[in-house]
Amino acid sequence: MIRRLLAVWHARNLEFLRDRGSLLFTLVLPLSIILGIGFIFGGPSRPLFTVGVLGGPATLAHNRFAHTRYLRFLPVASRQAGLRAVRHDHIALLLAPGPPLRFWVNTHSPKGYIVEQLLRAADPGAVRLPVSGRQIRYVDWLFPGILAMNMMFSCLFGVGYVVLRYRQSGFLKRLHATPLTAFEFLSAQVLSRLGIILLITAILYTVVGAMIHFHDAGNLALLLLIAVLGAFAMIALGLTVSARLASEELVNGLLNLLTWPMVMLSGAWFSLAGAPGWLRWIADALPLTQLLHAARAVMLYGAGLGAIAPNLIYLAVVTLVFLGIGAASFKWRI
Amino acid sequence: MSVPILEVRDLVKRYPAVTAVDGLSFQVPPGMCFGLLGPNGAGKTTTMEIMEGILAPSSGTVSYRGEPLGERFREEAGILFQATALQHFLTVRQSLALFRGLYTRGRDIDELLRLCSLEALAGRDNRKLSGGQRQRLLLAIALVNDPTVLFLDEPTTGLDPQARRNFWELVRAVKAQGKTIVLTTHYMDEAEMLCDEIAIVDHGRIVAQGEPRRLLREHFAAVLLELPRAAFPPAARTLPLQLLETDERIEITTDDLDATLRTLIGAGVPLASLRMRPPNLEDLFLELTGHELRA
Repeated sequence: MIRRLLAVWHARNLEFLRDRGSLLFTLVLPLSIILGIGFIFGGPSRPLFTVGVLGGPATLAHNRFAHTRYLRFLPVASRQAGLRAVRHDHIALLLAPGPPLRFWVNTHSPKGYIVEQLLRAADPGAVRLPVSGRQIRYVDWLFPGILAMNMMFSCLFGVGYVVLRYRQSGFLKRLHATPLTAFEFLSAQVLSRLGIILLITAILYTVVGAMIHFHDAGNLALLLLIAVLGAFAMIALGLTVSARLASEELVNGLLNLLTWPMVMLSGAWFSLAGAPGWLRWIADALPLTQLLHAARAVMLYGAGLGAIAPNLIYLAVVTLVFLGIGAASFKWRI
Repeated sequence: MSVPILEVRDLVKRYPAVTAVDGLSFQVPPGMCFGLLGPNGAGKTTTMEIMEGILAPSSGTVSYRGEPLGERFREEAGILFQATALQHFLTVRQSLALFRGLYTRGRDIDELLRLCSLEALAGRDNRKLSGGQRQRLLLAIALVNDPTVLFLDEPTTGLDPQARRNFWELVRAVKAQGKTIVLTTHYMDEAEMLCDEIAIVDHGRIVAQGEPRRLLREHFAAVLLELPRAAFPPAARTLPLQLLETDERIEITTDDLDATLRTLIGAGVPLASLRMRPPNLEDLFLELTGHELRA
């Protein structure tokens, strides 16, 4: 038994080690995730909460609250902008220097609650002022992110893996022997996945939306347009990854390499407000960030076409570029 | 002479380590079943895939009805690969419908199911077919566009004898409809049964080509004698006979049976295990290449 086990073990090891691409990604992917997360979220004095200050943090210099560790104090240009950030849960509190110190907090926000307790401990005389307008709960803010992430995973893996499987099994080779063109084949894959993901997203939107009492502030037709363009971009990305590769582990590695940064940096889980500029620049280049930005703008704030046009144009350009690369590099056989 | 359906001219396919096809040229007239015979690695499948238009040659040309392979060829060619995967979760009928949808013209699916004896299996998942049933489905797929030319690449490899015989019957029925067939095989009986003309390929080259019976007549006298190697005394190997030794037997070809038998008896060769049979393509291959077909 041990001999047979060793024979299979040895053969599998050889298979893995000789698949250089997979080997590389098995090392590179976790390494880059660990280093990336460590770099972005690590450090000895990483702040946990962000507080906006009208007039800038310097105006708080003599207040004990300003010396609370693990809080980041950011200057806020205007009360209007600050209140919007509070309503949207992008900052935990908005402070106006006193005395007495005045503050605005989103009463639906857990982080707002925690920071308010810290503020009251440091400055019992601080005065809370009401926040007018609809306040966004974290779950409202998260909802578009979950939908968009599901769309990303479904499109990237659903298309990337299927095309790879077709190539590995020789089914693509058989199709190549028919009048079917690469463009027709790829278009069919895109349209099939697009229909499936739109249906799934619509079901999730309706069911989960009803469960969490989500109030959509925007236009549903516009939301559909965002979903279509976002799905197109993700499918195009999946097709590009699987356009000519034949190694399952390499494709898996590449897809993970694409999805992980998008999960972490797109703002699906948390706002990147306050992140370094270069990191936000990288985040903005990710299709999921653009998709999410447009979806949140419409779903949470009722934005119109004009406001999200740059995001939509970006998604359309990404789609065309990746579809072009995918179609040009497409291989029918191993 | 009519324009050949297919014409292969000076075909070469080189890979970094090997030349798989080394200057093949032949023509396939309409309505003929043309066989490419050879052992594994002889270059049959590579030649076939270049002829099917899915592999580019290093040099040389393939023409279909006098024109380079193009859209018309793809519409009019039916192909059965040596190993073909199908889309999962589709029934036999749905698999046929998928391929039927890829061609502008073709046959009715029910007619194909009938032709390939698949009626009872029409609703079955294509992953749950036996080897013979699956080959019949793949043949039906190859016929879905009512092709003018049908490529069958080792279509019965791996099938049991009964399934092979059933498959041959199907191919003969297709042939009877006037289709041109290009077949690769390393089964000699298959080639003898189905092919009007064969090209024997070894190391990427054609070593003999023609009608199977004519080739046998040209290369062999009427009779072939076989003796177990163990029953053949070493001294008898110097006898003035046309001998061919394989691992297990000695083969003697002769056009004078009486004289050969007298020579063997005179040399004290025991004849209890002697077998006499007409030569076949396997013998021809051995004769031409010096090694066995299924090696």
